[in-house]
Amino acid sequence: MNGVHDLGGTDGLGPVEIPDSEPVFRADWEKAAFAMFSMCFRGGFFGVDEFRYGIEQMHPAVYLLSPYYEHWLHTVEHYGKAKGLLSADDLAELDRRTQYYLENPDAPLPQRDDPDLITFVEAVVPAGAPAGRESDKAPQFKAGDTVTVRADSPIGHTRRARYIRGRTGEVVLAHGTFIYPDSAGNGGGDAPEHVYTVKFTNAELWGPDTAEPNGVVYFDVWEPYITPAETTGAAA
Amino acid sequence: MSDHVRTQEEIAARVKALESILIEKGIMTTAAVDRLVEIYENEVGPQLGAKVVARAWKDPQFKQRLLADATEACKEFGIGGLQGEDMVVVEDTADVHNVIVCTLCSCYPWPVLGLPPNWYKDPAYRARIVKEPRKVLREDFGYDVPDSVEVRVWDSSSEMRYWVLPTAPEGTGGLSEEELASLVTRDSMIGVGPAASPGAS
Repeated sequence: MNGVHDLGGTDGLGPVEIPDSEPVFRADWEKAAFAMFSMCFRGGFFGVDEFRYGIEQMHPAVYLLSPYYEHWLHTVEHYGKAKGLLSADDLAELDRRTQYYLENPDAPLPQRDDPDLITFVEAVVPAGAPAGRESDKAPQFKAGDTVTVRADSPIGHTRRARYIRGRTGEVVLAHGTFIYPDSAGNGGGDAPEHVYTVKFTNAELWGPDTAEPNGVVYFDVWEPYITPAETTGAAA
Repeated sequence: MSDHVRTQEEIAARVKALESILIEKGIMTTAAVDRLVEIYENEVGPQLGAKVVARAWKDPQFKQRLLADATEACKEFGIGGLQGEDMVVVEDTADVHNVIVCTLCSCYPWPVLGLPPNWYKDPAYRARIVKEPRKVLREDFGYDVPDSVEVRVWDSSSEMRYWVLPTAPEGTGGLSEEELASLVTRDSMIGVGPAASPGAS
């Protein structure tokens, strides 16, 4: 999809706002929203690519104006509804309790013990959830190849950002095969594809009059994103 | 799809309401939230990346291993895991300056840097650092990279997690690894600032 989350090269957003210091979590709700990512992942709400796609379907104005972890709240609700993990009754109860906690912000949460969840937290942080997947597919590209990114507008979730579409660059790293977001993020299977890092010159991305001097951007692509460049050396 | 921009109070109430339902459904507990938060507030943060950088400054063979396979090299410290399952370290030199971003969301190497600062996730940084990195570094971060130094921006679009091995400050030859680690800032591993100079802090 062509969404506002795809921010690379967008103008008019003003300066980067950098406080002298800030806590890891600025409010208690940020802690709970942060924890929903890993615990709802465990609970079958989404994989990481679906998680991102849920965020991308927020209202674009709200996406740009809301604090970051609120994005995570949206995607949990999105998949709760879409996958039936939150029933119509649950959603009505969610609205009712939202009003209750708005009026009683210090009211307690229900308490339940589950040692397995603590065990999960202790295990998932150091182990992670690797996205590498075995595949018999032979890589079609190698370091040094000149490639062009497909320019059409994909439907649904993709990592093929607009600012690299149609641009030509050089493959510099080949990483092996990983979950393909354009499949997994749209409810499909892992469908592993080779991942490469492609180097683009600033002039190729932004045009010679706009580009800053002496710089490059590296962007990771899955194999279906790229084709051999028609004219070799176009990126130079 | 609602176009309502919520207040902090409205967000807090919505999150608490959802959390209460997820607790009852067996998906969350407050104890598990507390433990996860404790890990990222106190245990996993840029102090871990700093230890790795200090070792690389001190030990050329370790540096080679780090640049060849950062995921494996970090395991020597017991460092790795969530959002750093596949890491790549990129090296600053006299001629090259590296900086990381995720223009599409907020990908960041948690095992070595902890959770990202808010500016890293905000639209302005994600939009501008790929198009005008020198200007952003100079005007927003006060970090002037001369035109003779190549600026390399790494947009973390896949599950590879990039981070920067900054150049060691001048005059650190005699320092211990622990002293060196204290000079390695989070910003220097993102690529928006230099490592601190000895005696400057």
